[in-house]
Amino acid sequence: MPSAKRDKPKSFQDLILTLHDYWSAQGCVILQPHDVEVGAGTLHPATVLRALGPKPWNAAYVQPSRRPGDGRYGENPNRLQHYYQYQVILKPNPPNMQDLYLGSLEAIGLDLRTHDIRFVEDDWENPTVGAWGLGWEVWCDGMEVSQYTYFQQVGGLDVSPVAGELTYGLERLAMYVFGVDNVYDLPFNDPDAPLGHLTYGDVFLENERQQSEANFHGYDVAVLKGQFEDMERQVPLMLARSYQGKSLVLPAYDMVLKASHLFNLMNARGAIAVAERASYIGRIRDLCKMCASAWVEQQEAA
Amino acid sequence: MPQLLLELFSEEIPARMQAGAARDLERMAREHLAAAGFLPEALKTFAGPRRLTLVVEGLPVAQADRKEELKGPRVGAPPQALEGFLRKAGLKEDQLVERDGVWMAFIDKTGRPTTEIIAEMVEAIIRGFPWPKSMTWGTSKLRWVRPLKRILCVFDREVVPFAVEGIEAGDVTEGHRFMRVGYGWGGQPLKARDFDEYAKGLAEHFVVLDVEERKSRILEGCKTLCFARNLELVEDLGLLEEVAGLAEWPTPVLGDMDPAFLDLPGEVIRTSMRTHQKYFAVRDPATGGLAPHFITIANVQSADGGAVIAQGNAKVLSSRLSDARFFWDEDVKVGFEPWLDKLNGVTFHAKLGTMAQRVERIIALAGEIAPLVGADPEKAKEAARLAKADLASQMVGEFPELQGLMGGYYARAAGMDPEIADAIRDHYKPQGPSDAVPTAPLSVVVALADKLDTLVGFFAIGEKPTGSKDPYALRRAALGVVRILLEKGVRFDRKVEDASGGVWFESFDLLTGRTLARLKGKPSEDGKAFPEEVADRAALLAGGAQLGLGAFINDRLKVILKEQGFRHDIIDAVLGDWGGAELSVNVARVEALDGFLKTDDGKNLLAGYKRASNILKAEEKKGWKGEGERVLLDDASAPEVQLHDALRLVEPALKTALEAEDFTAAMRELAGLRGPVDAFLDGVFVNSDVPAERDNRLKTLAAVRDAMGRVADFSLIGG
Repeated sequence: MPSAKRDKPKSFQDLILTLHDYWSAQGCVILQPHDVEVGAGTLHPATVLRALGPKPWNAAYVQPSRRPGDGRYGENPNRLQHYYQYQVILKPNPPNMQDLYLGSLEAIGLDLRTHDIRFVEDDWENPTVGAWGLGWEVWCDGMEVSQYTYFQQVGGLDVSPVAGELTYGLERLAMYVFGVDNVYDLPFNDPDAPLGHLTYGDVFLENERQQSEANFHGYDVAVLKGQFEDMERQVPLMLARSYQGKSLVLPAYDMVLKASHLFNLMNARGAIAVAERASYIGRIRDLCKMCASAWVEQQEAA
Repeated sequence: MPQLLLELFSEEIPARMQAGAARDLERMAREHLAAAGFLPEALKTFAGPRRLTLVVEGLPVAQADRKEELKGPRVGAPPQALEGFLRKAGLKEDQLVERDGVWMAFIDKTGRPTTEIIAEMVEAIIRGFPWPKSMTWGTSKLRWVRPLKRILCVFDREVVPFAVEGIEAGDVTEGHRFMRVGYGWGGQPLKARDFDEYAKGLAEHFVVLDVEERKSRILEGCKTLCFARNLELVEDLGLLEEVAGLAEWPTPVLGDMDPAFLDLPGEVIRTSMRTHQKYFAVRDPATGGLAPHFITIANVQSADGGAVIAQGNAKVLSSRLSDARFFWDEDVKVGFEPWLDKLNGVTFHAKLGTMAQRVERIIALAGEIAPLVGADPEKAKEAARLAKADLASQMVGEFPELQGLMGGYYARAAGMDPEIADAIRDHYKPQGPSDAVPTAPLSVVVALADKLDTLVGFFAIGEKPTGSKDPYALRRAALGVVRILLEKGVRFDRKVEDASGGVWFESFDLLTGRTLARLKGKPSEDGKAFPEEVADRAALLAGGAQLGLGAFINDRLKVILKEQGFRHDIIDAVLGDWGGAELSVNVARVEALDGFLKTDDGKNLLAGYKRASNILKAEEKKGWKGEGERVLLDDASAPEVQLHDALRLVEPALKTALEAEDFTAAMRELAGLRGPVDAFLDGVFVNSDVPAERDNRLKTLAAVRDAMGRVADFSLIGG
């Protein structure tokens, strides 16, 4: 088993650094977050687009994820409208991927013979990006600590070679590792740090309050709707333009992500009727499929 | 004789697929071996979280040599045909043998080594395995339920040499994923050349191979934990099956739950434990209520006795139950009326409208059924109106299986009439053969209304069950209707007085006809009032009868009676295609007929009936119509007089008995015909030369047939 280079993490940021160290040592490129709002780490182009096409790709990154509807004004100990996912994408998935994953749990301080780690069937699906895969949710002592998926399709296209995806819910995992019941009490940095110690609440509580109010009451629905439609129009235009013989699929995909986030905001504002929901999701999926097809074409031509 | 051992080792197989996989592996292996001409002495399969195992005892080392017989062209057929045949058989012309004018080839086939056949079989099984869902991984083209890691395949203690997509068969497998002999964690490889070594090796490496053994290990472990704390396990076979597929070394661990949660309904706690966390609940034997503990089935036996595992799980359960408490508090705040509003936006079925429209229909049906059950129609309508509201509650959104039950709790919490609360709670009953039928009249009404609306609706849009396909569980609904009608003695053929003093006879077809009319938005514009004129009633009756729902319910009754041990021909003789909805009456008829046919009188009368009806059939074929009255001719013989008199006595008595639905009495009356019928058939020559005599004798036999036919269709009963 790969051994951990660091000591057991003492803080939220230490947990992230430990995972970075671990996956870096396995040969992953350590990326920084994508700079467009997304609902989950999967949506980063480093996963959605890089999972497609024949080229190998191994990457790990933290992705801030926004779920406007999950905001609770900082009053719920577990629920956040802005939180962090740790994302690992390995293509083709190595044969020992499960062991590598378990090694990462050991690296962050979980003793695998004291805790009860389980792989429980969970078939992942994201209709907005036309993606699905088979895998498990991974339980540690009854708590879901990760999602583990072998991608079978993305953007409606077969993923070949198959990419393996790991998603760790960082706050939840940290609460478990540090034995903390309220997310805002998590040590953000080392409690014994010479320059001082901050909690997760010190960093993010005010953000949760203001963003929750904006998500539920602040945004102007007509503006959001207009912006959504702007993005929707932009995607095909961007794909129609090309540079050095390649259509602008990467900027086009950013527009898809923006559209997706705008949809989530409208949804949180209660502006989407039940009957409209499916049609909005279908519109985003169609845009995403256009990008996925263009991307695969470019990858295979290269 | 030699033994074959095969293990397909993979990443974690979904628990729900394991039992089916073991069956499929067994079936496929049997088929392949049989096709190769093998008849193994024993064949067994196992399935667990990471492995499928097959062991076959008593295979020969090679197939027996055999002669293959090939049939060729006719002698004298064109030369091309003969040449083609010789090529196919790999023979020369002088090696063919002529048989009945046809060229035959006899080819000696040497039996192939069993290892070759095994290698082909395993590859075919892997490539053709019917997983409900399968996947590819890495760069492999193979499909399996999750990545396939190893193939262990030994025959007669030797590795069978082959590879499937680069996975080479060998004699090595792996133990438990975490537990190992000695220090550290991780699967330890172990060698096995036969099943005994394999089973022993796995046991030493913390793997319980047999699912039955895993289950008993779990149950015994749970009971030991309970015994030590004076608790009682809440047994749950479905959960046991599932957790036995989630751990190779299942180890029950008892954890504590915050007792403050015990004020939540016990069903909510149990459902949360079961569906989210796969925990067993435990009871306090003193009170019979849930105790503030749970049992989780861990996959590892940890050095600290499971303390860390128990603590971690307890924390997760707390946050789950906090969610449930939150749902409860929110639901109680919101209440029934806003939920009912929400049902307007919930589609029940694209062709059957919204949930709110369905509720309207159930209300109307409940109003009609209430008088038949002796329930207050207004109360019944109110219960029906509220019965589906909890579908819009947060708790039922989270735990759909708590529908009805939560509605009942919320109705009580809102201070509603307890009878209405119970009707809301119980109206889905019976949910299966082991579930009790509702007992309170109000609950019976709503339960029937709910099921009848479902049945009529889906029959009306042509969604009848076919074969094994019954996506809307209509058989269960019909079985529920039958059981409620029988156990509660509910009848549809009652005289009913409506609010305006009108009186009509209710019937099953009329009821379903009106439901159908409501479904179509007819006959009234507002969909609420239904005209009571005779003409319309006839149309409604015809509409209800046309649905074919009566026959469907009749079939369910037949199933129930067969399960009770009645002969199918007796059941058919009474029920026919559609015996009418008065199920309890039909059951009494079946019981009486069954009893009668066990007596000597019954058996002999049946024989007499058969003789009589054979004679009549033959004559009717020749054109005899039996017009005019049966009379007693002046020179009638003694047996004729006797049967004539018997019929004169029996006919009115039978009529009275049948009207009173006293079928035992009806059978007793029929028994009175036995002697005279026997005497008649033995002593009277029916086909007399005197036409008047012949005609009258046939009429006498026809009278016997008719009388008996009023009780049941004796022609369907076997001798």
